Amino acid sequence: MSTTTTDVAIIGGGGAGCATALHLAWRKARCVLLERGFVGGQASGVNYGGVRQQGRDPAELPIARRAREIWGRLPELIGTDCEFSVSGHLKLARDHAEEAELVAYAETAREYGIELRVIGRNAIRAEYPWLSDQVVAGSFCADDGQANPRLLCPALARAARRAGADIRENARVSDIARDGDGFVIRTADGNEVRSSILVNAAGAWGGEISARFGEPVPIETIAPNMAVTEPIPYFIKPNLGVCGGNVYCRQIPRGNVILGGGRGEADAVAMRARALPEITLAALRRAVALVPRLASATIIRTWTGIEGYLPDDIPVVGPSRTTPGLFHAFGFSGHGFAIGPAIGAIMSELVLDGRSTTPIGALTIDRFGGCDKVGELPDRARSRNH
Amino acid sequence: MSAAPPPVIVGAGPAGVRAASVLVAAGLRPIVIDEAPASGGQIYRRAPAGFMRGAAVYGSEAAKATAIHRTFDSLVDRIDYRPQTTVWNLRPGRLYTVRDGVCDELTFGDIVLATGAMDRIVPIPGWTIPGVYALGGAQISLKAQGCVVGARTAFVGTGPLLWLVAYQYLKAGGTVAAVVDTTPFATKARQLFGLLRGGKTFINGLRYVATLRLKGVRITEGAIPVTIVGSTHVTALRWREASGREGSVDCDAVAIGFGLKPESQLADLAGVAMRWNDGQRVWEAARDRDGRTAVEGVYLAGDGSAIAGADAAEIDGALAAYALLADRRVTVPEAAVAELRTRRARLTRFREALDAAFPFPAALAAATADDTLVCRCEAVNAGELRAAARDLDAREVNRAKAFSRVGMGRCQGRVCGPVAVEILAAALGMPTQALGALRAQPPIKPLPMTAAVRLAAE
Ligand SMILES: Cc1cc2nc3c(=O)[nH]c(=O)nc-3n(C[C@H](O)[C@H](O)[C@H](O)COP(=O)(O)OP(=O)(O)OC[C@H]3O[C@@H](n4cnc5c(N)ncnc54)[C@H](O)[C@@H]3O)c2cc1C
Ligand SMILES: Cc1cc2nc3c(=O)[nH]c(=O)nc-3n(C[C@H](O)[C@H](O)[C@H](O)COP(=O)(O)OP(=O)(O)OC[C@H]3O[C@@H](n4cnc5c(N)ncnc54)[C@H](O)[C@@H]3O)c2cc1C
Repeated sequence: MSTTTTDVAIIGGGGAGCATALHLAWRKARCVLLERGFVGGQASGVNYGGVRQQGRDPAELPIARRAREIWGRLPELIGTDCEFSVSGHLKLARDHAEEAELVAYAETAREYGIELRVIGRNAIRAEYPWLSDQVVAGSFCADDGQANPRLLCPALARAARRAGADIRENARVSDIARDGDGFVIRTADGNEVRSSILVNAAGAWGGEISARFGEPVPIETIAPNMAVTEPIPYFIKPNLGVCGGNVYCRQIPRGNVILGGGRGEADAVAMRARALPEITLAALRRAVALVPRLASATIIRTWTGIEGYLPDDIPVVGPSRTTPGLFHAFGFSGHGFAIGPAIGAIMSELVLDGRSTTPIGALTIDRFGGCDKVGELPDRARSRNH
Repeated sequence: MSAAPPPVIVGAGPAGVRAASVLVAAGLRPIVIDEAPASGGQIYRRAPAGFMRGAAVYGSEAAKATAIHRTFDSLVDRIDYRPQTTVWNLRPGRLYTVRDGVCDELTFGDIVLATGAMDRIVPIPGWTIPGVYALGGAQISLKAQGCVVGARTAFVGTGPLLWLVAYQYLKAGGTVAAVVDTTPFATKARQLFGLLRGGKTFINGLRYVATLRLKGVRITEGAIPVTIVGSTHVTALRWREASGREGSVDCDAVAIGFGLKPESQLADLAGVAMRWNDGQRVWEAARDRDGRTAVEGVYLAGDGSAIAGADAAEIDGALAAYALLADRRVTVPEAAVAELRTRRARLTRFREALDAAFPFPAALAAATADDTLVCRCEAVNAGELRAAARDLDAREVNRAKAFSRVGMGRCQGRVCGPVAVEILAAALGMPTQALGALRAQPPIKPLPMTAAVRLAAE
């Protein structure tokens, strides 16, 4: 058993936690990251790999822009690009109501400095002849792209270690106590970390930790259902989504098509998640309806991951309202991979400067009014998707 | 009586056929699913209708083959037989199949997984050149089609099957260019006592070797395969003898086989724990001596749970069916079960001797050259795998898969997995089993997208 004293303790080695450790280490703060399994072993390592700004809740757009800037500089920052490519993100409308939705969203995005190009029926057919007649319009964000989720967290963690962070795997936080103004964090392997600051970056399990400090949130565990084909000739360049989000796909240059749609099953307590075959088959049908050429492909793998969703589909990012020194960044509601790199920058600013240069006001933990059940919520719209 | 759904058997090899016959005798009507067009499994695979070579193709095992085929044929009216049907996924109580490109599903209560084995490969430089076959594939070509894979075929690897198939090629009129066994003669000789337990099987083995020698086939033992030569097609096989001398033979086909490994993916999906078999250096699904697993209603039989050969598979099939019946509170013939267990235990001891006589060459696998392809689906070579282990700290096999793509392709590591773990373990200085087992992910066999669409059309 050992005791370590540090400035910042971070719970969770997903994209949010690893990026936080990296930014803190760059700024010479001492930090210890505690990850129950392997870094990137959960949602951050098994997701679809979409890196998009388009379609996000406006509350997330400034974060997404900042993240996009970091994605573009990964090679110089951490020595690898994590297979990030600027393929563009094309969001498709399959009826006129959806087309109107795309047009309206493009207006909103422009206010945040994000340029989207709305493409009408004829133009989209000319540009993407492999799309089916189902498609009536599209909206293209040239600046968006995709990356390999399996590579991001280990690369962030390696860079963080090089910069001096203490990254511990197989270290499950089993107990957290207050000690004066600081925290005493115990791990299941019997070690102890003492810190003045605690960052809760525990993903789908972040609600467990916030609840310990009297801040329960109505977090729900959801598992996006994923599948991948064996390589076929490369023809889908942009990352593809649809209004409503019931199917999405992207192709990597080596030929595999990664596609998702619908939800698998997840058990956050048993830490088990499985794709559901019925859902997979339905997603495959939708994908073929959208891109008929996919009919000749063959699925070689399906999977899912454990993700924490909040009722308004945006995360909690910011200081605790009950406990000085505690900061939260969790519940990314299905789209936190792309913004993870910026979350690290934001959290390091919150911790070291007391404020973030990126607006995060809409992401406060007290927006749920302290209730932990969806049913108890004040009336709130559920909105965003792929 | 009970409204329980009929038991399901996956696999119509010796294990599945025996399981079916016990269940039918108890008055049940099992559903028997097999992706092959006919029953028989690997060893007693049937030739397509119209082929006339008959039971002779099974050599010394002809009588057993005929018995299994007759048994199955006599059951066909009393079971729900679904040939050419692949199980691609399994969830608690539910099976997902694809047949003729159409998806289907069925509910099950009890299931016997008798999914058999597949070849084990150690990648020899050049192993992806056209003209190189897995040993089992070379044998299937002979059994199912009456064809040899080459005019001059070299056999390289280790294990009893290596000698058997070489012998079968010779008997069928093929030319055996050489048999290159990585196991030294002395290693086999040391197991003589244990091997004698195999009785007739062992005697047959000796006969295969003697015949090959008698016919002047070039034989070398304790050799290290160096390379398979060829550009558009195989032209030669090279190796290094135990003495250090280089050996080489011209050939137009090479059959590689380093023993077998269980097809345990369905058991894995069913939630059965995997355990490490140190003698065979593979992961296998955990079960008791009767085939019962820790997952209620899931039973395992035959080579799909532990490589032990066809005779053991038959016994396993019967035992698993009796276990299933006993768990359903059906009275089973205790004396018969006890006798089966005794015979099975004897075969297990024989198998242990065989495993020791023909050990999987873990050191050879671990030493795979950096530029040799390990995972052919994803084109990952040994050097890339070592780099993932060292630079990315992949100390668990599924991590190594995530980082390097090894085992991520269409075979899902069924071919490269056992080699990859040896390479990783050596690179990291860890015991092989400490790397864990590759997790099965559905579909366990590639699923055509059209199958999903065709389902919609129903
Ligand atoms: C299948 C799938 C597809 C997705 N597709 C996309 C996409 O295309 N684009 C996109 O932007 N987002 C996507 N997402 C969402 C995205 O993956 C997540 O929002 C993001 O990875 C969350 O990062 P995180 O660091 O908050 O959580 P995680 O990656 O889950 O990390 C949290 C970590 O905390 C650890 N932890 C929890 N409790 C403890 C404890 N007590 N002690 C120690 N450690 C603990 C966990 O082990 C885990 O590793 C997808 C998610 C899934 C599951
Ligand atoms: C290629 C090969 C050749 C062999 N040759 C010999 C030999 O000559 N002599 C010898 O003693 N042993 C041989 N063996 C060993 C052989 O496995 C056993 O002796 C014996 O066949 C084991 O019987 P079994 O019933 O356990 O499995 P098998 O006979 O292999 O039967 C398993 C059956 O399950 C079916 N199956 C598997 N997965 C699925 C799925 N997902 N969906 C639907 N169906 C499925 C297969 O089509 C197969 O018919 C060979 C093995 C292999 C792999």
